[in-house]
Amino acid sequence: MPPLARWLARRLTLTLFVLWGAATLAFAAMRLVPGDPARIIAGGVQANATPEVLEAIRTQYGLAEPVPVQYVIFLGRLVRADLGDSYQLGRAVSGVILEQLGATVALAAGAAVLGFTLALTLALLTAGRPRARALSRALEFCALSTPGFWIGILLLTAFSFRLHWFPVLGNDGVRALVLPWITLALSIAGVLAQVTREGLERALEQPFALTARSRGATENRIRLRHALRHAALPVLTLSGWALGELLAGVVVVETVFARQGLGQVIVSAVNGRDFPVVTGVVVLAALTFSLINTGLDLLYRAVDPRMRQVAL
Amino acid sequence: MTAARAEPDTGPGGEPHTGPGGGPGAEPAGHLVTVEGLSVDLPTRQGVVHAVRDVSLSLRAGECLAVVGESGSGKSVTARALLGLAGDGADVRARTLTFAGRDLRRLTPRQWRLLRGRHIGYVLQDALTSLDPLRRVGDEVAEPLEVHGLASRDDLDELVAGLLAEVGVPDPGERLMQYPHELSGGLRQRALIASAIAARPSLLIADEPTTALDVTVQAQVLALLEARREAGTAVLLISHDLAVVARLADHIAILYAGTVVERGPAADLLAAPAHPYTAELLAAVPTVDGPRREVPAPRSAPPAETGCPYAPRCPLADDRCAAQAPPPVAHGPGREVRCWHPGTVRPGPPDPDVPPLPLDRPAAPAGGAHAVRPASPNGRAAAPAAGPAPGRAVVTVRGITKRFRSPGGSWRTAVDDVSFDLVAGEALGIVGESGSGKSTIARIVLTEFDADAGSVLLDGQAWSGLRERDRRARRSRIQLVDQDPLSSFDPRFTVEDVVAEALPRARHGGRDRVVALLGQVGLQPGLLRRRPGQLSGGQRQRVAIARALAPAPDVIVCDEPVSALDVTVQAQILALLTRLRRDAGVSLLFISHDLGVIRQVCDRVAVMKDGAIVEIGDVDTVFRSPRAVYTTALLAAVPRIDAGPHARKPVSATDLKGPP
Ligand SMILES: Nc1ncnc2c1ncn2[C@@H]1O[C@H](COP(=O)(O)OP(=O)(O)OP(=O)(O)O)[C@@H](O)[C@H]1O
Ligand code: SF4
Ligand SMILES: [Mg+2]
Repeated sequence: MPPLARWLARRLTLTLFVLWGAATLAFAAMRLVPGDPARIIAGGVQANATPEVLEAIRTQYGLAEPVPVQYVIFLGRLVRADLGDSYQLGRAVSGVILEQLGATVALAAGAAVLGFTLALTLALLTAGRPRARALSRALEFCALSTPGFWIGILLLTAFSFRLHWFPVLGNDGVRALVLPWITLALSIAGVLAQVTREGLERALEQPFALTARSRGATENRIRLRHALRHAALPVLTLSGWALGELLAGVVVVETVFARQGLGQVIVSAVNGRDFPVVTGVVVLAALTFSLINTGLDLLYRAVDPRMRQVAL
Repeated sequence: MTAARAEPDTGPGGEPHTGPGGGPGAEPAGHLVTVEGLSVDLPTRQGVVHAVRDVSLSLRAGECLAVVGESGSGKSVTARALLGLAGDGADVRARTLTFAGRDLRRLTPRQWRLLRGRHIGYVLQDALTSLDPLRRVGDEVAEPLEVHGLASRDDLDELVAGLLAEVGVPDPGERLMQYPHELSGGLRQRALIASAIAARPSLLIADEPTTALDVTVQAQVLALLEARREAGTAVLLISHDLAVVARLADHIAILYAGTVVERGPAADLLAAPAHPYTAELLAAVPTVDGPRREVPAPRSAPPAETGCPYAPRCPLADDRCAAQAPPPVAHGPGREVRCWHPGTVRPGPPDPDVPPLPLDRPAAPAGGAHAVRPASPNGRAAAPAAGPAPGRAVVTVRGITKRFRSPGGSWRTAVDDVSFDLVAGEALGIVGESGSGKSTIARIVLTEFDADAGSVLLDGQAWSGLRERDRRARRSRIQLVDQDPLSSFDPRFTVEDVVAEALPRARHGGRDRVVALLGQVGLQPGLLRRRPGQLSGGQRQRVAIARALAPAPDVIVCDEPVSALDVTVQAQILALLTRLRRDAGVSLLFISHDLGVIRQVCDRVAVMKDGAIVEIGDVDTVFRSPRAVYTTALLAAVPRIDAGPHARKPVSATDLKGPP
């Protein structure tokens, strides 16, 4: 087997382990929290279901079995990619997730693009220029030390309530996405800009940058064609962290802006002890994490040829 | 005066006038470069460094000017000032600073960029880090062509392949797709030169282009520069080694503490140095011919701030020297020297580091210790008889062979059936090109790993192939000094920590013992609290030697101990090793790619090629009448001072790849 295929196979195995671990944790957590699932399925505490109805539900959902047996059944289903039905909504979990996935991906991906672009631009413009750097540092520090919901509320107040540039709440079209994008992007841009700038400044001090200058290259060329690649390496390393920030930020931003999406789904699922939905979202998040990290590692190799020989 | 002021009388394109006397303020007799009174001040955290002071140089098309001086003398800063790259905040002043008739002091940043790479090519010091490690070699070489719009995208690959071929890179079509880390040091240096000459500049500046390359590659790189000069390019060659520049240079300028202390035609200057520092530099170059002489170790002292900067080191210094800086004065045709007593150099007073040569060095009988590996009919060489060396063998190496797996999966024989004895108290040199297996032998002797076949004995007892537990008691008897041993230490360690750590626990004499060891290697106790990062290259190496001496070893393995040092410091360290060998009675297994260094330190030498010893014997015998063809070729590749410009034909690569 060629080394790359072997490496991919190993990463895939690892991903499966991560998924199994995430699912098991979700299973355990939902068993540990108080609350009777059967009652939730029956429509919550207020529904006043009779003991007979609850008993019927327990049998139907396999809740009467001992926990280890439930676990085995749960895993068996998971292997067949069957996430079960939502307790609250009574519909297939996969359906619920698919329905909301689009809105969340649009939010997170847009924010990622915006955050990275913002960070790179700031870093490229301010690296090695003391005064611009000081100003940019101050802004970045504000961005990374202000909680996301607070930024969201400030933006809403300024641009929606006062200026009426953007809709206050809701899911309609791109205009409604602008403020959530900015809010989410700011949560990662501060740190990314600092790391990128440090990487650029380190690269600009290397002998190869002087060599490029001695060939008559312009400052822009040196930054874009030489230094940026070097700065990309630490940024890639940090991208796993940025992804985590984005996923966590989605929940906050969807709440603040009252948007539909997976963030809302998980919030109501956790509140309502909707075990299958929670498990489904957790497994999906773990899968996304593993796949993107694998992609990042591949990208790392693409950027740094020295990495291609080692560690395969 | 700053480089950023616009020049009113050049067009927006800023093309420099080419050809002699092209400019309005025409040059004296076609000088391409004229520098007069150049000073560069660099801001640092510790205050302003006067890196270059009142330097004057000139260079014509088709000529080579060598700028020579020790580390920190301002060579690189001078070169960078010619490119407008002296650094952020650098204060560059000059009475005259012209290139091809243009006043460089008045160029705008844009005009500088049009000059760089197009009309002046620059080969940066340290080829290993001067190519962008994340870009293909081809892209790096093509950059000046791209920047100056000299080639269309379609022609680029072909042009680059042609350039790489021109500088002697084999398989240029493949190499241009590779990354710098996939190239050897010599190939990287060539690629860097290819990039510097890509736009056919009329001036090529090469900063230490051969440092850290072995003799054969060094000779090839010098031949390459020579070809550029023959093609009419002016070459500014920077080096700390007079021998390296001797073959190429038409003129030489000697730099000390940022000033040109002497300049003139190469042949005259080398034949009769007028400045004491030039004489010191000449003496510090280890030679491979003529009688072996003891090299006086140069004194080390920082340059004086007032009076003659060289006075603290000068054997001729008197009161006037200390009080008043000498002005440049003419000294024969075309020569200039800054010294109150030019041309009166006498041999300096004996330095404490230099004991007299022992005349009763054990000379091996010619047939006995001088063994050549005879080629057997099938082409594979048979093992040479190691020859009974006189005296008791401390290290006995018998038939060791080591193979490594290359990244491609094939096996490479790094060491091939090597045998030798290291006799008590002797210094045995191992010399060979890079990749010939020298360091592998060192590591096997140090038992960092075991050989695939063969054995190493220490004092006649088994040493290789044992369990580490059985070796531990005798571990301290072999010590290592390599190129930069201190770099592997925690940077927070002090000199005292580094040396004390190596002291045997039983004889823990504490600080006194460390001070004594430092004294033995010529270091003041004042350095005890310093960290390795705060030491000069020479001081670091002395600390490393003190550390190696701490457990009173029988053998010190020196693996390229001076190859990162400039000639002056190198001479000091070599003198120190020679003295220690006699005083402390340690045996040295001394590995170097530099034949001159080997000759200066060693009693016997083993010449290696492709993992095998092709010749072993007494140093004088091997160097005077080498028996192996390969040894002859190696010796011919060594740069020599006496040769002078144009005197020696360049060594071609094929000479060295022949059978041993
Ligand atoms: N960027 C810089 N900032 C501050 N000081 C510098 C800088 N570059 C060089 N110097 C100082 O200027 C002086 C001359 O340095 P330079 O690099 O020209 O020496 P060199 O002759 O090229 O030495 P080497 O043989 O080690 O390359 C030294 O004192 C050095 O410490
Ligand atoms: S001026 Fe004096 S101190 Fe300076 S080099 Fe000449 S003799 Fe030596
Ligand atoms: Mg230098």
